[in-house]
Amino acid sequence: MTPLLSVQGVTKRYGTHIGCADVSFDLYPGEVMGIVGESGSGKSTLLNCMAGHLPPDAGQVVFDTRSEGPKDTLAMSEPERRMLGRTDWAFVHQHARDGLRMGVSAGGNVGERLMAVGARHYGDIREQATDWLERVEIDAARVDDRPTTFSGGMQQRLQIARNLVTGPRLVFMDEPTGGLDVSVQARLLDLLRGLVRDMGLSAIIVTHDLAVVRLLADRLMVMKSGHVVEAGLTDQVLDDPQHAYSQLLVSSVLQV
Amino acid sequence: MICLENVSKTFTLHNQGSAVIEVIRDVSFDVAPGECVALTGSSGAGKSTLMRMIYGNYLTQSGAIRIGGVDLVQAEPRDVISLRRDTLGYVSQFLRVVPRVPTLEVVAEPLRALGVPAEAAQEKARNLLTQLNIPERLWSLSPTTFSGGEQQRVNIARGFAYDYPAMLLDEPTASLDATNREVVLSLIEEAKARGAAIIGIFHDEAARARVCDREIDVSRFTPGLSSSSEAVGQNKESAA
Amino acid sequence: MADYNFAYLDEQTKRMIRRAILKGLAIPGYQVPFASREMPMPYGWGTGGVQVSAAVLCPDDIFKVIDQGADDTTNAVSIRAFFERTAGVETTTATAEASVIQTRHRIPEEPLSEDQILVYQVPIPEPLRFLEPRESETRKMHSLEEYGLMHVKLYEDIARHGHIATSYAYPVKVEGRYVMDPSPIPKFDNPKLGDMAAIQLFGAGREQRIYALPPYTQVVSLDFEDHPFEASKADQICGLCGASDSYLDEVIIDDAGGRLFCCSDTDYCTGRRAAGHQGPAFPGSEVAA
Repeated sequence: MTPLLSVQGVTKRYGTHIGCADVSFDLYPGEVMGIVGESGSGKSTLLNCMAGHLPPDAGQVVFDTRSEGPKDTLAMSEPERRMLGRTDWAFVHQHARDGLRMGVSAGGNVGERLMAVGARHYGDIREQATDWLERVEIDAARVDDRPTTFSGGMQQRLQIARNLVTGPRLVFMDEPTGGLDVSVQARLLDLLRGLVRDMGLSAIIVTHDLAVVRLLADRLMVMKSGHVVEAGLTDQVLDDPQHAYSQLLVSSVLQV
Repeated sequence: MICLENVSKTFTLHNQGSAVIEVIRDVSFDVAPGECVALTGSSGAGKSTLMRMIYGNYLTQSGAIRIGGVDLVQAEPRDVISLRRDTLGYVSQFLRVVPRVPTLEVVAEPLRALGVPAEAAQEKARNLLTQLNIPERLWSLSPTTFSGGEQQRVNIARGFAYDYPAMLLDEPTASLDATNREVVLSLIEEAKARGAAIIGIFHDEAARARVCDREIDVSRFTPGLSSSSEAVGQNKESAA
Repeated sequence: MADYNFAYLDEQTKRMIRRAILKGLAIPGYQVPFASREMPMPYGWGTGGVQVSAAVLCPDDIFKVIDQGADDTTNAVSIRAFFERTAGVETTTATAEASVIQTRHRIPEEPLSEDQILVYQVPIPEPLRFLEPRESETRKMHSLEEYGLMHVKLYEDIARHGHIATSYAYPVKVEGRYVMDPSPIPKFDNPKLGDMAAIQLFGAGREQRIYALPPYTQVVSLDFEDHPFEASKADQICGLCGASDSYLDEVIIDDAGGRLFCCSDTDYCTGRRAAGHQGPAFPGSEVAA
């Protein structure tokens, strides 16, 4: 089986400071991988390097493209990489504001990716947008409202709808539940789990919330100071952590 | 079906003076299809630890654990995931679910993960919940709010939703009344009859005697069974 | 005006602007940056158009300026006077006579010919600007032909108004490549942009951009399959000349709210009246007075 994403030796330095160092892993279709670590551990740097938002200093990010098979996305031309970003890839930002157009209606936000890949029938675009709003549990009657009138949880769900409307195969998520109320988080997690299963999505989720990865991720990578210190099955890493830092991380979680 | 060869396990507590605690040493045994094997031993002997190792939840330091041709000790995470999806079922003592997911979906989920259509999966879930006497009015609620016994039965229903060829049962009859205990035991007997290889932990001796073909005393493989290893075992269980 | 170089700008500046124009003509619809000069008029009064006109004017050109279709408003009169004094060129109000026409927000009704140049004044040359504020990003979007955002704007229009309510500065795609802002001309004029015999030059002074359409360029107004582009105008005829095919202004003519629709292109209207056409405003005669 060909990995959907194969990351090899990705390294990013900020001057003498290490962003992330020599990270390698394979992600297979349908797998959800979590990346955990404290602030500054390099998890967001790694995510941005993989998603093409930051150029790494070394390494390869090989994606199994639909038409040409495995291809190093870092060596792709920019149009090709950006096309990938609009079709097979999706990126869910921590702050919905970064991932939405706040001055554009909910329907326009969801429809943008469709229009970007050539949809030119208003009725069809609107129908798909409405359908997606319902899938992320937003009342279809709000299709013409701007996201500024939405709650934080709704904005985040709208961002997810906007990203998934083109049926991507790989979703990058940066703290998708960060900054949301606990009850809203639960709803979002449930939604994400259902979408991942029903659409057969692969996902890479960066978070510092161990409860989130336990519920969403099949696999886990623990990062510290830019290095991956431990990787494995999510429940194994959380229940039987091997590295000193992972043990500290797991034992530091407050029990409810 | 399940085959353990020279399996050993140590915990290294890096943040507690790097204490190295050896909990299991050199366990070997096989479980054949249609056979049910009980793990026995005093509290802290490492029964749950061994079971978690067989599920891949705890990392095994050395030896091999082969289930349906896959060596769990060497396997990649995705192999373990697919093994758990297709082959290896586990009924733990604790129910861990996404909040607000209805009970019916919780139970149907293992089948849904295998690609069974929603309707067929829910039909099977309804049957099991009925069998285990979970009132129908609770099916649309999340089990997070249920009593301990109800949660345990939901957990069992979920574990038996799919006919796994290999199953691990951690105290399946604990905190159940006589009627439900009987239902669970007959579920286990049915599983054996269809050829499932089962490893179980039963404190309930009568239950153990009824469904288990043989017993393995785990304390024989616990080096220097002492207060320290007991403390580790409990610590781990509460964290899980 | 011996103190000024011909057409106000020095020769080096005009060469710089001409190079930008040539580049613009070579890449139709592409916004060419140029070093816009301070002009003796405020931004928003057509400094971009004036610089382009200055760069293309020759001593034997005949120059016409229209402001919202009219030859006789302040802007048109001032710019015409400016070039009369700094270039000494002949000026006219007759569309057919002019060799260079500087325009603010209209295309003349009368079809232009191959020996004419139409110079547009452009306030905001970037059609993507309203939805994407970053210049670095809009440049990238142009270079990679990522124009989905343009349709988001039209989508928003339909969602809000039930139809595409953008009635001026309606975005177009040039030769199937660059999306271009045609300057704030009414969308009624959009069909005239394409396949035009004359050269069309666009100058944005404050934004320092020049772009161009060479003669007979394909220009398509963006739309949706189920909401096709429509060139619209007031559903009236000109009260003065009776024209039913020209773009109309609505003029309030008295304190009682009386209205008159008349051609926005004053030269076209005058020409028709001189040829004997008369609109419904005349028989009553008070209205016309």
